[in-house]
Amino acid sequence: MLTRLLGPQRRYLWFWIFTGPFVIGLVVFSYVPLLWSITLSFFDARNTVTPTHFLGFANYARVLTDADFIQSLGTFALFAVVVVPATYALSLSLALLVSQLGWGRAFFRSVFFLPTACSYVVAALIWKMSIFNGVRFGLANTVLHWFGAGPVAWLSTTQPPWYWLVIITVRLWLQAGFYLVLFLAGLQRIPATLYEAAAVDGAQPGWQTFRYITFPQLRTTSVAVVLLLVINAFQAFDEFYNLLSSSRGYPPYARPPLVYLYYVALGQGQDLGVGSAGAVVLALIIAAATVMQTRWFGLGRKEP
Amino acid sequence: MIGQPRGLARALRLGLLIVLAVLFLIPFYLLVRNGLATDADITAPDWTFLPHVLRWDNIPQLFGDPTVPMARALWNSTVISVLTTGGTLLVASLAGYGLARVPYPYANQVFYAILGTLMIPSAVTFVPSFVLVSSLGWISTLRGLVIPTLFSGFAAFLFRQYFLGFPRELEDAAKVDGLGYWRTYWRIVVPNSTPVFAAVGAVVFLGSWNSFLWPLVIGQDQQAWTVQVALASFITAQSVNLHELFVAAAVSVLPLLVAFVLLQRHIIAGVERSGIDG
Repeated sequence: MLTRLLGPQRRYLWFWIFTGPFVIGLVVFSYVPLLWSITLSFFDARNTVTPTHFLGFANYARVLTDADFIQSLGTFALFAVVVVPATYALSLSLALLVSQLGWGRAFFRSVFFLPTACSYVVAALIWKMSIFNGVRFGLANTVLHWFGAGPVAWLSTTQPPWYWLVIITVRLWLQAGFYLVLFLAGLQRIPATLYEAAAVDGAQPGWQTFRYITFPQLRTTSVAVVLLLVINAFQAFDEFYNLLSSSRGYPPYARPPLVYLYYVALGQGQDLGVGSAGAVVLALIIAAATVMQTRWFGLGRKEP
Repeated sequence: MIGQPRGLARALRLGLLIVLAVLFLIPFYLLVRNGLATDADITAPDWTFLPHVLRWDNIPQLFGDPTVPMARALWNSTVISVLTTGGTLLVASLAGYGLARVPYPYANQVFYAILGTLMIPSAVTFVPSFVLVSSLGWISTLRGLVIPTLFSGFAAFLFRQYFLGFPRELEDAAKVDGLGYWRTYWRIVVPNSTPVFAAVGAVVFLGSWNSFLWPLVIGQDQQAWTVQVALASFITAQSVNLHELFVAAAVSVLPLLVAFVLLQRHIIAGVERSGIDG
């Protein structure tokens, strides 16, 4: 085994000296947990990581018939359907506005990029305790008061579900700047000659140029941005946890998949078998979504 | 007369940008305003742009209050982020160089095995990783908080892409001088690659400082809390001391904002590289 890895006269020793530490770490901390988790998903693993009672697909059956799990997928879908297009539109608009500036470009880019340094915890804190505080002194309620409207209990009412506004705007604020930078880089790669040619052909600056030149030219960037947005929405945990949970626990609504897993696997029951089965199902969903998305957008085809 | 509407459009666009920029800055303003106020000022029914008295005392009080684990949490976060950043840079840059430059017939297969982990979202791995760390007995330890996060396929990928474009002439010259791979790497490649180290390092540090789910799950004892976990415990607590909460959050963010502004060029380079054009 060792001679096969190192090759004749240990010719490949240096390769392993460089990559060995990383590869070992990756195997131990990525691949082993993954395989272990797949194993656990077939066992009765309540409060134990070395189960003995084989269950077959019973954990999968439980997860897939668990109303909470299905609901968490619904929550994710609703969240993604709003947050992905909203972030896409906002960051692309900001990029277009900033790139057209003669001066102050770096300043505005910095301002919009600054929230990227903030954690979801701190942002959730500002949103929950200050902007969308449900009592009279919250900033949003203060503004409503100026217009003569009464205070709204933003996070603790489900009719109408105002908490979605809070959740979506936190994420918009935090990540718009990141995608703005990606779009600015994408815009810079569009050759100026295309715009000159379009102007010669009589294209109006503004919508026509955007529709027929800028937007199609940004395709690679757009595909990557949408993919990242969907994956990140799927991983949402921090802002949900910090905005919605309180000393009384997490409310029964607005639980995305990761919050569901957190409470199943690490909550009271510590059911690692069901938790692992849920994780495997989520992995399959996200793999399928990624494959579909890349097929759909034809990633890998080069831009002209 | 054509110039008139153009100028108007430009003014409108600039005005829109300024409004949006102000909106984006409001949360930072609130952090400082509330952090330097008394609770009475924060909860006053009439909005004041700034509190009546700016209470700079809130900052030393935060560190003096033994019931608030903030000083300890800031220290923990610093240690964890520094170790995570240093460790990731070391391990991932070596791997990236090995993959890019040191010959091995199955190097591509190894590279794909690393890329494969990029496809696995953390949503899927956090339960199994928790299982592993808890069976190693690493819950609430520095080891458990740092070591499992060091092997970022993303960082290794960025380093490999960068080293593939490193000028070969420099390395060839080192070989002529009789340096092997190891010494070529440390003497020639690393000193000439500071931008990529700064970019990856800044992104990793930021991610580590701001990460929440992993420290929440692994750092269960109060002694092992990071800043984010400590803040979260305030946010979700029954009764909160508002000004303390905000000043703690401000203290956790402001050093980062300063570093962020100073290192912005590198961070933006890192973000752009993380794209997509690889």
